[in-house]
Amino acid sequence: MLAADTLGAYGSTKRYKSLERIVRVNARTLVGAGGEVSDFQYIVRLLDELTTDDYRTDDGIELGPKEIFSYLTRVMYNRRGKMDPLWNSLVVGGVEADGTPFLGTVGMIGTHYEDSHVATGFGAHLARPLFRERQSDAMSEADAEALLRDALRVCYYRDKQSINKFQIAKVAADAPAAVGEPFALETSWDYKAFAAPTKWAIGAW
Amino acid sequence: MSGIGTGYDLSATTYSPDGKVFQTDYAQKAVDNSRVTSVGAQRSREAVEKLVVSKLLVERSSRRIHNIDRHAGICMAGLLPDGRMVVNRAADEATNYKSFYGEPIPGRVLCERLASYMHLFNLYWSMRPYGAAGLLATYDDDGPALYLVEPSGVAHGYFGTAVGKARQAVKNELEKMKLGQITCREAVVEAAKILHKVHEEDGKPFEIEISWVCDESGRVHQKVPAEVLAEAEAAAKAALEESDMED
Repeated sequence: MLAADTLGAYGSTKRYKSLERIVRVNARTLVGAGGEVSDFQYIVRLLDELTTDDYRTDDGIELGPKEIFSYLTRVMYNRRGKMDPLWNSLVVGGVEADGTPFLGTVGMIGTHYEDSHVATGFGAHLARPLFRERQSDAMSEADAEALLRDALRVCYYRDKQSINKFQIAKVAADAPAAVGEPFALETSWDYKAFAAPTKWAIGAW
Repeated sequence: MSGIGTGYDLSATTYSPDGKVFQTDYAQKAVDNSRVTSVGAQRSREAVEKLVVSKLLVERSSRRIHNIDRHAGICMAGLLPDGRMVVNRAADEATNYKSFYGEPIPGRVLCERLASYMHLFNLYWSMRPYGAAGLLATYDDDGPALYLVEPSGVAHGYFGTAVGKARQAVKNELEKMKLGQITCREAVVEAAKILHKVHEEDGKPFEIEISWVCDESGRVHQKVPAEVLAEAEAAAKAALEESDMED
């Protein structure tokens, strides 16, 4: 399961508010991105050419998430080698042909790893601590979605540059990859800490 | 150099006294003699084809129908390796068009570009025209279309046509059909019937490949689903037996 907000920012201007940052690559693979939008669009184009070529071959074999992940690591590293990196952090999620789930992330210079939970940008600071506490590979889909929503809420509360419009995309062994409709989260701004943010902060005034 | 009219076939850059380019004619013959009959029918969106195979070959291998893009496919008749060169070029053209214009290549453009490519090989003494012809099936904003690209670089759009050994017999059958009015599924059955019929005489083993691009396939060029093909083949065989009974 992948989640992202739908913001395309121009510096601190919230320039595009309905930008889909998770794409379905094929029935078994999803790719999400943070960073430079134009570079992401270029990556989407590469992936489209890759999957069209895969379709053309018509051998009954479809690229899996692992292969697409590996491809992206090479693209990103190749560009950093040219001192002209694609300014993105990517998340690849999906299910292999044999049903094993896959989740990995690629940084803008080609650094990459796989894990049970990953996050890019602010999410790496704000959401991953929550994941570490509550995520388990055996958790149910509903629990996972609740956790993602909580993580998004924390990101939205703590990051003034973000917006309250998100998408969740899912892929499972028995359900082909699909990106969900955008939605807003319930938020509450009347916490005491929000009203007087410095009251309990030592050293602040 | 014995008689008049010989010695003019050594290169594609030489005309014969009566205005022919023999190399081009030979290439066309390579297609006409190929043991493959390809049928394509427009509106019904399918390129069909049959081939004679060695028993030692894996079934359904050595295919003649290829995907070019999601919305386009081509069926090659003639020399298989020559055909593959054309298929690869077509795929390159499709990819290139998409990356430049941001939309899938229209069938008309793809046909034109393939025809130009094929034509190139009729212009230089150092080259040999491709011994392959392609039936191109596409589905774009203007709807479904069928084209035939020949080794000479000639290309036309068709409602239905055939190439290969039994082309004339197949074309006769196609002319009897109401090509504009039948559905894709019906056309698949009809095509299978025709191919079985024209193949009845020689009695050699053959396989049928059928693909379609139509609304039913989501405007995507793909092999016809296995059950549809099986159904069509069964109907074709039944029709053949029926006509045998009458005889």
